[in-house]
Amino acid sequence: MTYMHSFQPKSFLSGPIRSALLLAVALATVSGCHKNVASTQTPDALAPTPAPLPPMPTATLTADPAAIDVGQSVVLNWRTTDATTATIDNIGPVNPNGTQTVSPATSTNFHLTAKGDGGSVEASVRVTVRIPVAPVAPPDTTATADMGSETAFHESVADIFYDYDSSDLRPDAQASAVKSASYLVAHPEIRLVIGGYCDDRGSAEYNLALGENRANSAKTALVNAGVAPARIRVVSYGKEKQFCTDETEACWQQNRRAQFSLDR
Amino acid sequence: MDRTTRTFRRHSVPFRSIVVLLFLALAASLALLATQAMGQDNVLTGTSNGVTSIRIAVADFKPLVAADPQITTFKQTFDTTLYADLASAGIFDIVSKSLMPPGNPGTPSEVQLQSYSNAPAGAAMVAFGSLGVTAGKLVVNGFLFDAKNLQYPQVLAKVYSEEASADSARQVAHRFADEIIYRLGGGIPGIAETKIYYVKILGPFTKEIWAMDYDGANQHAITHLGTDSISPRISPDNTRLAFASFGKYGVQLKMYSLILDRYVNFPTGSVSSQTPAWDPSGNKLAYAAAPNGSFNIRISDSNGNLASQITNFRDASSPAYNPKTGAQIAFISGRTGLPQLYIMNSDGSSVQLMTDGGYASSPSWSPNGQTIAFAWDRKYGPGAPGGQDIYIMDVATKKWTQMTHDGGRCDFPTWSPDGRHIAYANSADGRADHTRIWTLLAAPDNPQKRPLTDPSADMPNWSWK
Repeated sequence: MTYMHSFQPKSFLSGPIRSALLLAVALATVSGCHKNVASTQTPDALAPTPAPLPPMPTATLTADPAAIDVGQSVVLNWRTTDATTATIDNIGPVNPNGTQTVSPATSTNFHLTAKGDGGSVEASVRVTVRIPVAPVAPPDTTATADMGSETAFHESVADIFYDYDSSDLRPDAQASAVKSASYLVAHPEIRLVIGGYCDDRGSAEYNLALGENRANSAKTALVNAGVAPARIRVVSYGKEKQFCTDETEACWQQNRRAQFSLDR
Repeated sequence: MDRTTRTFRRHSVPFRSIVVLLFLALAASLALLATQAMGQDNVLTGTSNGVTSIRIAVADFKPLVAADPQITTFKQTFDTTLYADLASAGIFDIVSKSLMPPGNPGTPSEVQLQSYSNAPAGAAMVAFGSLGVTAGKLVVNGFLFDAKNLQYPQVLAKVYSEEASADSARQVAHRFADEIIYRLGGGIPGIAETKIYYVKILGPFTKEIWAMDYDGANQHAITHLGTDSISPRISPDNTRLAFASFGKYGVQLKMYSLILDRYVNFPTGSVSSQTPAWDPSGNKLAYAAAPNGSFNIRISDSNGNLASQITNFRDASSPAYNPKTGAQIAFISGRTGLPQLYIMNSDGSSVQLMTDGGYASSPSWSPNGQTIAFAWDRKYGPGAPGGQDIYIMDVATKKWTQMTHDGGRCDFPTWSPDGRHIAYANSADGRADHTRIWTLLAAPDNPQKRPLTDPSADMPNWSWK
């Protein structure tokens, strides 16, 4: 993927002159001073055009690849038209059309200036250099990172409930997970535990497997919505921790859930 | 020389045909035997493999010092334990106390064998003996006599000398019972000295691993972790106990040394793990671990090192080795929906589905390698009839037999080492804290179910010896 950026002005005025003119007009407007308005009018602009001006140069600059690791090289490729001289910052004067292999040590903006009889034009491309970062220890869990209040957390991050013997997210759970993820993305200091729970029917050992699958399906939904997986811890409780103990469908449904809590 | 040769030649042809005829006859009788065997009950367990019930009379033992008050207690413990061991062994037809002839013989000279062999007792065997306390030692003389063989009646004579205590009286009774069962039960060692490890339910999310004798006596705690500990599995040599316990990273395996009386390292990292299973050599452990969000079966050495994953399903847990060969593993997986029973080779190959639906859990492979006991709810689902019961399945034919009926929720069957008994957990009303441990004979026509514990005991695991 090549990142390309180029200017091809259509005005007959070259860039710097036009900028100065615009700036002057803007200043005059803001100041509201009539005395200065007259002085900004240039005689040249009002004079009749004597002859067709030479065409404006054009320039493009590309880099392939646009991102490299440290030590790797990248090929710069530039093309100009109607230019007499071309200069790339950091490299110096170059041919109007050409390629060059460079290996920058850090991310660099390569900037091409092409000048011709019709004016000058610029193009630039950024080469990103990926510098490996030494892994840093995860933040100390005892540190008092502000995760906000439990109440605020539970208002925005709701438990997810599952169908019988299933760890698939229902449509209502999908929506709930997206809402939870947006809160978690907005509060990157929060680390959380997802507990996987099951109703008390069936085998204790199989329910631990089912709880693991439920907690992980909830984790996957959050990760897909942009929450970093490193912030999430998953614990299956199977049927070992019952939220309610009635033998009714209402109670079983309460138990079949992925429960979110702050990982303090 | 010449004549001998000729004689041999003359007889050689008829001789050979006789050999052939004999061989054919042998083959035919073998084929007939095989047909008869196939016509029998498909479930071949220790209780139905040809040993008929032996009618046995168990006389109360004679106290040597009648006046000793301690003796009365010991004698009562001993008599009760011996009688219960033999009554529950599954191979005896025991003479009830009311049919016994009067008196309790202490020595071979005091025993009137005909009074035991005649009606109403009609016993084929008589167990009797004496016990006394001398110099702080409990001394027990035990005899087993053949009541029908008046000339040489003695089958067994044993002397035991132990520290005098009620516990010793019980242990000596177990040992004497095991001798009798070994002698009369087709050479399969008795189980009276085996243990059952289990989960004691102490409160919500508070379960510890406990142990008891095979008959429910001597219940005592092994762990004191104050959390939820489940799925105990004792090593084949009775030295180490693997189980799963909840901590910061959820459920993870732990290992307790019964020799060192402390926990020994079992590396788990931050990965959830559960349902350990010892291979019969005691050198390997199969268990379920969830490195990527679902449990699959791994095999490591007994210290938790060199783990390799052998299944890759949506989930797989509750492995159980074939204790006869160590070459196969039964396990539970919900890879096609509700959990089903599977078997595979212990390298993960040749996965075979054993159940045809419902909800299967908790396999335990019989010591002879032929049968798998497991819990099964054949019509599982909201509002479905029936319940979760204990079943046994013949591995070769997949023919199954239901062992419990309409008694509430049953789970976690575990075979006794002699293959004659299955201990299991049952909750009559389905409530988890009402679960208690029962035992039954692996004889579908006469399972003789009896409870071993009070409510709040779950997940039994019978020791290997």
